[in-house]
Amino acid sequence: MTNLDTLSPGTRARLISVGGERAFRCRLMEMGLLPGTYLRLVRRVDVGGVLELEVRGCRLTVRRGEARNLMVEPA
Amino acid sequence: MPLDGAPRRSAQPDGRAGLSERLGRAPRVVKTLLRVRRVALAGNPNTGKTTLFNRLTGANAKVGNYPGVTVERQEGSVQLPRSGHVELLDVPGTYSLSARSAEEQVAIQAIAGLSPIERPDAVLIVADATQLTRNLYLVLQVIETDVPVLVALNMIDMLEARGLSIDVEVLSKSLGVPVVAISSQSGKGIDALRDALDRVVADPELGRPGARWLPTSKELEADVRAVDAVLPADWHTGEAQRRHALALWALMSLDEHDELQGASRELRQTVAERRALAHKSGREIETEIIQGRYAWIDEHAAKFLREERPAGLSTTDRVDRVLLNPALGFPAFLLAMAVVFQSLFNGADPAIGAIETTFGWLQERINALLPAGIVNDFICNALIEGVGSVLVFLPQIALLFLFIGIMEDTGYMARVAVLMDRLMKMIGLHGRAFVPMLSGYACAVPAIMATRTMERRRDRMLTMMVIPLMTCSARLPVYTFFIAALFPPSMIFGFLPVQGLLMVAMYLFSTVTALICAAVLGRTLFKGPKVPFLVELPPYRMPHWPSVTRMVWQRSKLFITQAGGAILAITCGMWVLLSFPRAPEAQARADAEIAALVSIEDPAAREERAKAIESTRAGESLRASFGGKLGHAMEPLIEPLGFDWKLGVGLLGAFAAREVFISTMGLVYGIGSDATQDSPSLREKLRAEKRPNGKLVYTPLVGLSLMVFFALACQCMSTLATVYRETHSWTWPTFLFVYTGVLAWLASFAVYQIGRALGFT
Repeated sequence: MTNLDTLSPGTRARLISVGGERAFRCRLMEMGLLPGTYLRLVRRVDVGGVLELEVRGCRLTVRRGEARNLMVEPA
Repeated sequence: MPLDGAPRRSAQPDGRAGLSERLGRAPRVVKTLLRVRRVALAGNPNTGKTTLFNRLTGANAKVGNYPGVTVERQEGSVQLPRSGHVELLDVPGTYSLSARSAEEQVAIQAIAGLSPIERPDAVLIVADATQLTRNLYLVLQVIETDVPVLVALNMIDMLEARGLSIDVEVLSKSLGVPVVAISSQSGKGIDALRDALDRVVADPELGRPGARWLPTSKELEADVRAVDAVLPADWHTGEAQRRHALALWALMSLDEHDELQGASRELRQTVAERRALAHKSGREIETEIIQGRYAWIDEHAAKFLREERPAGLSTTDRVDRVLLNPALGFPAFLLAMAVVFQSLFNGADPAIGAIETTFGWLQERINALLPAGIVNDFICNALIEGVGSVLVFLPQIALLFLFIGIMEDTGYMARVAVLMDRLMKMIGLHGRAFVPMLSGYACAVPAIMATRTMERRRDRMLTMMVIPLMTCSARLPVYTFFIAALFPPSMIFGFLPVQGLLMVAMYLFSTVTALICAAVLGRTLFKGPKVPFLVELPPYRMPHWPSVTRMVWQRSKLFITQAGGAILAITCGMWVLLSFPRAPEAQARADAEIAALVSIEDPAAREERAKAIESTRAGESLRASFGGKLGHAMEPLIEPLGFDWKLGVGLLGAFAAREVFISTMGLVYGIGSDATQDSPSLREKLRAEKRPNGKLVYTPLVGLSLMVFFALACQCMSTLATVYRETHSWTWPTFLFVYTGVLAWLASFAVYQIGRALGFT
């Protein structure tokens, strides 16, 4: 198990847990980032300091700092 | 219809029916006939909701604000074959009904019909077929609230490319509400949607969901029951299902940091208690609810959603390989921004010039037609001037919104937000603030209007409060004039031009100040709950041009009707200030002097003399006016900055528009109002101007102090009027005016006093 920020681009992983503040967790989960969901790290956008994810067929970006609250298991 | 979950509701009494019953039969008939049916249009962001809204309503949307918040409310009417005229209310795009801020609360209010928004007769939900399960999360929440629902399954034509297939029939059966497959982009299925909407409005039972998600655990059921019992009385009229949905909403939304309205203390307390109780037994209510809904969706999705084949590399992927590329993405972004900025800065010039010329011509014509006097003066210098100074903003507003429309519609705006996020985060904002702030270098008025692309009020307000600090194009003539008049065209180190360096320094100074102010205001006045920065990157699409042009048109219209009135009124006020009390003796003397000119033979020389006399008179009148007196009264206040009363009058004039400063100074010095930044006579006058003690008034130090003042002070009535229009209150324009004024005064004071202490004059 590792945090999302450590994944390399193109890796698929299963989300294990979502940490952080309540509102933050709710927002992520409501957009489909629930424990147990499979996601893919599409790319790192270093200029903007964000990670692009694919989850449930849609593309989302998460700030790197916030991504460290997401624990995943590479699939 | 196969119905799981709650049993299909029969004609159970709801509050309104009960009231009509009591009122008797006749009023009920009248009510049905006269009451306009209302449909709320909801959906996730980026689902083509706006395009659908435009397709359904044609060109007749009314734009306003939701009561009490700065969230835009669009309403349009749809003509349906049987139900006739129906009002369609556009609900702001959202991924969920749960809310933290008053802005987000609008969604639940508009859908469930909570005060102050009227209850809709039906809710039309747009769902993106290519991201169905996430879209169904919102659909499910809306269904729970027990309003008649119709689902428009959009982007149906994109499924194929994504390797997906959806059985619409089964989807409709699973949800228990009608579903129509459409493509808002191409117009496919819109007629069928109109038809289905007609049927649901005529017979709400059609859209009454038979299926919905219900809590699966005993504990969660108990939580919902506890909250249900303390819901505020004005949230419901007793219907069990609606209460259930609102209880779930409260459990999801309320916490110690929310900014929600209308939740009673009792309700807040109960939610907090239930949450604490759950924690003790290792449960988390929110996770249970969200997981429960998604589990319901995934279980049913197995019946209607099929992944035919893995999706290949999409066009979007290919484009993003370049546009979000570590090496190429940023240059591409800079290029895009340079195009936008250059168009705003220069591209709008011909149109602005044409407007100015037309109004100048109009002023001349009317001046020649009407006899000289106060009426003529008012029409030319207040009314026409005022209307002209409103219209002159339109080219930039239209251009900026054209670009914003294209960037939003194609999906590039989301990439801009992502690329700029790191930088904007440093000053307590996020990537979406970038385009409005950049536009501020051209003009604050369209830039402030562009803050609408940000969802949160706090971010919008903060951005609005710092945009006027950016060096807008109207400050340029003032800088150019003072730099040329007061600074020598020499070089530093033999190759760096002093004048050019000063210009660059002014830009840097304003940018750094704006960033510092954003960081400070963001940590103090606009301190708000942190929200995660989650940006969806929608697939690239061709812009839907009717929607883009419609937005350009709407923004322009809104500016004219709402900010325009305020600008016109202030122009008239400025006119009164600068032309009253009249100076009849000066006028009589000037008239006599001009009459005496007949002795001069040469008509050209005569004309020139007459012009000089008229300029002197105008200067005298201005000095005698309220404005002139105010300039004198301001002197003690601006003296520590190195300014005299004449500059005070110039600053007053600059309030109408910064570039007016120079023509006002021209008036004050009796050169005439047609003085420009390149006017040599005004330059000479200023350079020669002496204080009573014989020292020069305009030294480079005073010039610097004045430019610093101009850089910071929001002395621009159009900006203030636009902030008023965007915030619907005079509090924010007042705050903006005062804080930038104080800042400008302090900075100029520091420049002038430190300069003097260092031995400069």
